[in-house]
Amino acid sequence: MMAYYREDAKVLSGGMSLIPLMKLRFAAPATIVDLNQIQGLDYIEEAGGYLRIGCLARNRAIVRSELVRSRHPLMSSAAPTISDPVVRNRGTVVGNLTHADPQGDWATVMMCLDGEVVARSTEGERVIPVSQFITGPFSTTLMPNEIAVEVRVPGATNFGEYHKIERKVGDFATVAVGVALQQQGGSVSRVGIGLTGVGPSNIKCYDAERIVSGGGLNENTIQQAAQAAAADSSPRTDHRGSEEYKREMVAVFVRRSLHAAAGIRAA
Amino acid sequence: MALDEIQIGGLGARRKRVEDARFIRGKGNYIDDFKLPGMLHMETLRSPIAHARITSIDTSKAWMTPGVHMVITGDMAAQHNLAWMPTLSYDTQAVLATDKVRFQGQEICCVVADDPYIAKDACEVIVVEYDPLPPIVNPKQALAPGAPIIRDDKAGQTNNICYTWEVGDKENTERVFADESMQVVSQDIFYPRTHPCPIENMAIISDYNSATGKLTIYLTTQAPHIIRTAVALVAELPEHMIRVIAPDLGGGFGNKVPVYPSYVIAILASILLTRPVKWIEDKTGNLISTGYARDMYFHCDAAIRKDGKIQAVRVHADTDNGGFFSDAQPTKFKIGLFHSIFGCYDVPYGYLTAQGHYTNKAPGGVAYRCSFRITESMFFQERFMQTCAYEIGMDQAEFRRVNFIREFPHRTTFGFLVDSGDYDKCLDLALDKIDYDGFKARQDAARKQGRLLGLGLSCMSEPLGAGNSREYDIIGIKMFDSAELRVHPSGKAVLKIGSKTQGQGHETTFAQIVTHELGIPADDILVQHGDTDNTPFGMGTYASRSTPTAGAATAMVARKVRAKAKKLAAHLLEVSEEDVEWELGRFYVRSAPNRGVTITDCAFAAYTNMPDGLEPGLENNAYYDPPNMTWPFDVYVTTVEVDPETGEWDVLKFVGVDDCGVRINPMIVEGQLHGGLAEAFAMAYHQMITFDSQGNCIGSNYMDYMIPTAWETPHFELYEVVTPSPHHPIGCKGIGECGCVGGPAAFVNAVVDAVAHLGVRNIDMPCLSSRVWEAIKYKKDVSGTPPLPGQ
Ligand SMILES: Cc1cc2nc3c(=O)[nH]c(=O)nc-3n(C[C@H](O)[C@H](O)[C@H](O)COP(=O)(O)OP(=O)(O)OC[C@H]3O[C@@H](n4cnc5c(N)ncnc54)[C@H](O)[C@@H]3O)c2cc1C
Repeated sequence: MMAYYREDAKVLSGGMSLIPLMKLRFAAPATIVDLNQIQGLDYIEEAGGYLRIGCLARNRAIVRSELVRSRHPLMSSAAPTISDPVVRNRGTVVGNLTHADPQGDWATVMMCLDGEVVARSTEGERVIPVSQFITGPFSTTLMPNEIAVEVRVPGATNFGEYHKIERKVGDFATVAVGVALQQQGGSVSRVGIGLTGVGPSNIKCYDAERIVSGGGLNENTIQQAAQAAAADSSPRTDHRGSEEYKREMVAVFVRRSLHAAAGIRAA
Repeated sequence: MALDEIQIGGLGARRKRVEDARFIRGKGNYIDDFKLPGMLHMETLRSPIAHARITSIDTSKAWMTPGVHMVITGDMAAQHNLAWMPTLSYDTQAVLATDKVRFQGQEICCVVADDPYIAKDACEVIVVEYDPLPPIVNPKQALAPGAPIIRDDKAGQTNNICYTWEVGDKENTERVFADESMQVVSQDIFYPRTHPCPIENMAIISDYNSATGKLTIYLTTQAPHIIRTAVALVAELPEHMIRVIAPDLGGGFGNKVPVYPSYVIAILASILLTRPVKWIEDKTGNLISTGYARDMYFHCDAAIRKDGKIQAVRVHADTDNGGFFSDAQPTKFKIGLFHSIFGCYDVPYGYLTAQGHYTNKAPGGVAYRCSFRITESMFFQERFMQTCAYEIGMDQAEFRRVNFIREFPHRTTFGFLVDSGDYDKCLDLALDKIDYDGFKARQDAARKQGRLLGLGLSCMSEPLGAGNSREYDIIGIKMFDSAELRVHPSGKAVLKIGSKTQGQGHETTFAQIVTHELGIPADDILVQHGDTDNTPFGMGTYASRSTPTAGAATAMVARKVRAKAKKLAAHLLEVSEEDVEWELGRFYVRSAPNRGVTITDCAFAAYTNMPDGLEPGLENNAYYDPPNMTWPFDVYVTTVEVDPETGEWDVLKFVGVDDCGVRINPMIVEGQLHGGLAEAFAMAYHQMITFDSQGNCIGSNYMDYMIPTAWETPHFELYEVVTPSPHHPIGCKGIGECGCVGGPAAFVNAVVDAVAHLGVRNIDMPCLSSRVWEAIKYKKDVSGTPPLPGQ
């Protein structure tokens, strides 16, 4: 169907972004392709070294999944901060990624965890790392004839925290910071640090990640990583808070998460 | 034997709300639930920009849209003398813009069509050309030299000032300030713009019947009778040919007192088309164009004696009134009852000045859960009291205590008569429950560990229940209220009141008043309201006035009915009236208490067995003109913990002690306090309507205009003290708004207290984490609206 309608059509998953856009008359698609009747797309499973999330898996299912918690605690930490129960009951992880709201939380989490989107069309299937999938506010590399059928996350991490400042439950982030690690007694084999709400798009903090993966977790690297992440952010002053505040909160939360991971109590 | 009053649902009974049966089952009726045969739908086109001259409006494409019946512009309205309308503050307001647009969201055209979607589509093809003017978004810009005159439509208007007002004793106040032994404390505080945001937006169905000439208006309004009179004046129809029906209200909070432009046009359209016309506002329309609240700048100086007694205050307030001065308030007062400030304190001298400003923002300062700008006065009062205590180095509670009124009645420095209260008792109880004495030690210990704890106190007495008719009127109509009571032969009754419930539970509590007076079980009394063809004239519900006025009228009418029932009882008991005594539900012979008749017996006799010379029937009416306001007293105290690194804060404990006199239904009182305190918390925590430099409204939907959920809202621990109102027939005082009025200062005071050791004296609301963080980081006050691009 997407091959037939292409640009005129919009896919409907949870509808928690598409329906508000239509209500506000920002979007008026000629055709809506509703995925919700398709069976078997709501899986959360482990296969082939990946945690695989089907495109109809709802946020609520992520919140409740023990499998997710055991593989990637960052996802379990972030999921409950996404909107409110009503929106989580319908909204999907994949819909959230394809929507590519710069304030969206899942893209940050997936960048931390090196997640990949699996896109399918009548011409075949391709796999796109989330860091390349999102190209800017509300824009992705998905083709008009493609449907994102899955997001998958490799391996496992044993620490993850998502810190989010919001003005109320259900608000988009004033600032949010995700940190995921695979670590053993201070040595770190995998690290992901990402930011939401502090730039035109979600930000993956390569410098901060390098500092931690290279130097392990100690007071010195933690402080440096926090500063590096703050330097990567490019927040704007708005009604949620000032640029300076948001930048400083990035540092505070990176520090808090890394301290927690290292078992160091904040000074 | 007298009946058990609690058992039959009388005074003091925690009776479940009778309204809830329909609300929780989805059986309530709001305007959008009404569908009349042949009904058309209206949509309003609003200005996307804040300030511009209109150069042209082209509606031709809208007229050609299939399904469109009528497109109404300001020019068309002008042909019916309806391009402008009078406001409740004796100004004028554009119904549909003809010359300029003066705020974002201002009404420009209305389209009437077969369904709301067609009407909306047609609005989108109307082409309006604008010649932009510089927008003015605050009083400072309004007063700047060379600022464009927003109200250039008004002859003689040469600036952007819409009123000035003063009260008090200037000379003696200045004399006290000249005394060098006084310590003078000064402060500036801003109360940002908020919005009452009822869940049900504005809505109307206007149904003009060309055969009978009768106009029926289904309207979500807090004041149906006032609206009928206003429509009669504007539409030049006699009142008996207008019927206003206000069904269940999905909230009001002051937002549903005024007449809005789209109402006028819907009525006009239904008369012109002779078909029912429905208009349902959307959420953004509601937030950007209808009655806002607050938006006031406050300056105060206090002259304080060595022992902590305030000797004089100098107060100045600047209000931001938007494009038209259409505040809903009593005629005499240009800044509502703001001068109720310092009402619970014994301040010998005071002088208060105020000035209003036109800006390119939505008009219509309404009393959002507040008796006409009392929320601002109590907030500033208690914020300022905290600052004074810091500056003179006195304990917060002690400073208030030293200044409390203790003798009643007391004439306040700005002229109100406070008639009752026991302030010390309320304060003692609140301090005990929050463990005030233990808190200081915990606060010090926490600071040593780098943690920030704060305690905020707010004490206030507000004048509720306008009016008395000497001083209070709205568009000339005196602020009394009314009740009509009819007892049927079976002894069951119907009570009709002039007031209107907006969700407070009048149908429950007003029956309880009748029960208290007549002993008829509350379940046997039906309370009706909100239909002007079917209820006596009343001023409506706002300013916590329903129980003080219509509630009093209810008690009075029940007493009139009882007096007649007594004559019937004497007749039935075959004794003279003087020998008849009353106890709840029953008359008996004084000398033979076993011989008696019930109120039900009397009711039956009123229709079946009346004595010679007595009119049949058992019914009456009463209009109650209160001799004074009622004066509740409230203490709110809360403790918070502030995160020193992020500025986020959490409420640790909240205690409220309220003295609202006699409580008719304690459960409903608590419900009202919970609601009001949640709104207070919202304003302190995250809520505001703000504008960018172009006059774009930030806060035009529920993503940006925050309503706290159960997650953020703290637990409220409530206690009561009772000192009855000396003039209200059953001793009640207003309470509906107290939480919303007195609450905000408690929260902000607590947050400021947590960082006061850094020298911080003020953080303007909302205390968003970023603002609290800024206060901590730079050890300074954070004042004004949050920074926005371009400001
Ligand atoms: C009140 C509220 C608060 C919110 N708060 C947050 C928050 O704090 N953080 C956050 O991250 N999000 C938040 N959201 C957004 C929410 O998480 C959305 O549900 C999510 O962004 C979109 O998921 P969906 O399944 O509802 O997608 P839909 O609304 O169905 O679709 C969104 C877009 O993606 C496209 N699309 C959807 N599925 C696919 C697919 N499989 N293949 C190709 N294209 C597809 C659609 O065509 C559409 O353009 C909030 C939403 C609301 C209403």
